[in-house]
Amino acid sequence: MIETAAFYLFAAVLLLSALLVITARNPVHSVLFLILAFFNAAGLFVLLGAEFVALILVIVYVGAVAVLFLFVVMMLDISFADLRKGAMQYVPMGMVLGGVLLAELLALYGAWHFAPQFAQNLASPMPDAADVQNTMALGNVLYTEYVFAFQVAGMILLVAMIGAIVLTHRVRPGVRRQKVADQVARKPSDVLDIQNVAPGSGA
Amino acid sequence: MEIGLTHYLTLAGFLFTLGVFGIFLNRKNVIIILMSIELMLLSVNINFVAFSSFLGDLTGQVFAMFILTVAAAEAAIGLAILVVFFRNKGSIAVEDISTLKG
Repeated sequence: MIETAAFYLFAAVLLLSALLVITARNPVHSVLFLILAFFNAAGLFVLLGAEFVALILVIVYVGAVAVLFLFVVMMLDISFADLRKGAMQYVPMGMVLGGVLLAELLALYGAWHFAPQFAQNLASPMPDAADVQNTMALGNVLYTEYVFAFQVAGMILLVAMIGAIVLTHRVRPGVRRQKVADQVARKPSDVLDIQNVAPGSGA
Repeated sequence: MEIGLTHYLTLAGFLFTLGVFGIFLNRKNVIIILMSIELMLLSVNINFVAFSSFLGDLTGQVFAMFILTVAAAEAAIGLAILVVFFRNKGSIAVEDISTLKG
């Protein structure tokens, strides 16, 4: 009973905040509603018994991705009102496309059912939650069967990190920086010049 | 009424549709388009985890984590490109991104 109520609560808030993400006038509000949507999705994952993915979702999406969005939205000085101008002309087109997509998805889910022999075809059956916790079971699968995919995921993150740094790094001309090697290599004879000024003739 | 797999799949379908609709609604604003893509990836994640839970197969959760990785990398690179583009053009409107057009 309480599970049903929790599902409908999380689902309703998730859909509502997703709607507000795409309709909010202020992009900062959009990002905040995106964070709310991620929290509610994490709640749904907990309901489904996937605690580890739920917490990873909160850490990765809320802690990293949403904060990154927030930084960029606040850093760029953009008139968002101008960007919204003329946006309404695409709404009917979007309605039609979204409606068709939704109708197709719902028709698919309505007609779809598990094949009767699905229990024999599981790639990595879930152990009983009383014996092995979700996190440990996930680790047992991730670091054995999917270890190469896991390492490729690490490579993707590394490439993304280096790419983001390379893209946004810039060398600005005219910025004075300390050059230690030049300072150390400097000799008195290069810069000091002793003048022999005759007494009484100095300025 | 018992909450079944169909409930979660329907929810994910609605969420995916909202993401697609968001791209049309904010056709000029790249930031909101990126957020819509995040919503669509989230709905796919819900599908994966729901199937994983109802089939009793852990593979769905493993792949949900890989999607999470790709989503994080995509957001980082996308926003970096956006920042560089804004630095060069002073705008992030989609119709200004037409330099590659012949």
